[in-house]
Amino acid sequence: MADFFNNLLTGLLNALSPVIEIFTVEFWHQYGPLLAQGAIDTLIMTIISTVFAYLLGLPLGILLSVTQPHGILPRRGLNRVLGWIVNVGRSLPFIILMVAIMDFTKLIVGTKIGIRGAIVPLVISAAPFIARMVETSLAEVDAGVVEAAQAMGASPFQIIWKVYLPEARPSLLLGGSISIITILAYTAIAGAVGAGGLGDLAIRYGYQRRIPSMLLVTVILIILLVQGIQTVFSFLSARIDKRLK
Amino acid sequence: MSMIELEHLTKTFAGGVTALDDVTLSVEAGEIFGIIGLSGAGKSTLVRCINLLEQPTSGVVRVNGAELTGLSQKELRKVRQSIGMIFQGFNLLFQRTALDNVCFPLELAGMSRSEARQKARPFLKLVGLEDKEWAYPVQLSGGQKQRVAIARTLVTDPKVILCDEATSALDPTTTQSILALLKELNETLGVTVVVITHEMTVVEQICDRVAIISDSHIVEQGAVADVFHHPQTPAARQLITPRGAISEKSKIHGPLYRITFDGNTSDQPIVSGMVLASGAPVNIWYADTKDIDGNAHGQMLLELPQNPQQAEKMLAFLKEHHVTYEREEAAYYG
Repeated sequence: MADFFNNLLTGLLNALSPVIEIFTVEFWHQYGPLLAQGAIDTLIMTIISTVFAYLLGLPLGILLSVTQPHGILPRRGLNRVLGWIVNVGRSLPFIILMVAIMDFTKLIVGTKIGIRGAIVPLVISAAPFIARMVETSLAEVDAGVVEAAQAMGASPFQIIWKVYLPEARPSLLLGGSISIITILAYTAIAGAVGAGGLGDLAIRYGYQRRIPSMLLVTVILIILLVQGIQTVFSFLSARIDKRLK
Repeated sequence: MSMIELEHLTKTFAGGVTALDDVTLSVEAGEIFGIIGLSGAGKSTLVRCINLLEQPTSGVVRVNGAELTGLSQKELRKVRQSIGMIFQGFNLLFQRTALDNVCFPLELAGMSRSEARQKARPFLKLVGLEDKEWAYPVQLSGGQKQRVAIARTLVTDPKVILCDEATSALDPTTTQSILALLKELNETLGVTVVVITHEMTVVEQICDRVAIISDSHIVEQGAVADVFHHPQTPAARQLITPRGAISEKSKIHGPLYRITFDGNTSDQPIVSGMVLASGAPVNIWYADTKDIDGNAHGQMLLELPQNPQQAEKMLAFLKEHHVTYEREEAAYYG
């Protein structure tokens, strides 16, 4: 009986030791700068990739939406081709895509590794995803409002610019938070091939060097980033949505 | 002068459904023209063919002299700016204030936001919403939203306003006020109004002429009073007196008459007068009357006595009091 409790206690202490460890000064003295750099790298990769992914994905999503058979610029063939490209892009697992396009990545940014090397596959992987998110947001815009704009003599470009995008803004913003968080998760995967960031730290220190406290902290930091992004975007979306008053 | 001319308009949808079949009609400048029909009759398609939101399969559409069916997309957009349209669902931009909704067509025409606001303000005032400039659609009632939509059509100085079931989502009181506003705008601005509806009361209240659409065809058209007093077709009768007024099991023995009130017999008790004049009772099968500005409007479906002399006395009484009547067949209402 005494043995049992002894073992239990030792087991618990062992399990908790990484938790206890991260509250020590030595831990932060040793790993603090590394973690700070990792968090910054993750954020930089996420933000830059999101911006470029939207530069590709937003127009692609708009095109997908307006070229539908019942859209404002119906183009059956173009819609099919775009839909197919987007589906192919979305069905490739990120890690495969990253490896597969390495030569292309080097051509674009001059390196296959590091933050710069990660951004190219991140953008290419996220853009089709974003295109579908945008398409869904635009589909939520009341068809009657679009019809009213057509009745007033609005051109397709004006309908996109003055009806679809402003009316879908709250939904686009929420879609934006989902896209950013997805890209954030991809950056962790990119870490596996030396892209830097929190994912890189989790793998190199937490897994390969068996430092559970590092694994724990990187996970906590990623959770905090995700929560923070979601909270800010949900707040902004509710704030600008004039349907909620 | 004709403001709108539709010639042999046919619309067949991709699935093979024919929504309009050889529709020809013309709307005079400055009148309020009603197009009435039951759900699925094709009236929504018809109104969308006037501004070519629906491209007719064949036929010609002319608005204010311009043949819309022959225009390029760009030219068509230009013409559409002079054809206003209001909808059952109002179709305001949710993310814009009332004032900025009115600004919208001006911005489409290339005006800056601040210039547009200056021009839009008086129109919001015209529809009685000057204190709602900064309200968003979600903060407005149905009637207020429709007023914003009306102001939005007026701001580009349209020749024509198309109303697609514009009062169908509104309660009776609000419906009255919106119809009154449309009538007023028609009278003060001279704008031609086309009203699509399934409600005879709407036509009765504001229209000068009416066309009845049934199964993709225009089956009857003419002055509202004529169509209302002497409907020629089953479709017209059905719209004027709704189905279900008389059921199949009803036993009707005497002759059935429909009498219509159109404002000249308000303060006289007509039905009681008929009874007293003939000394026999009448049976009221259906009645829908109301008082508009002290005048009676509406109709009744009456079964007169089987005795021809008594019935004759009643009809004489009606004639004497200028009440229009018409013999009916019960089968129309079954």
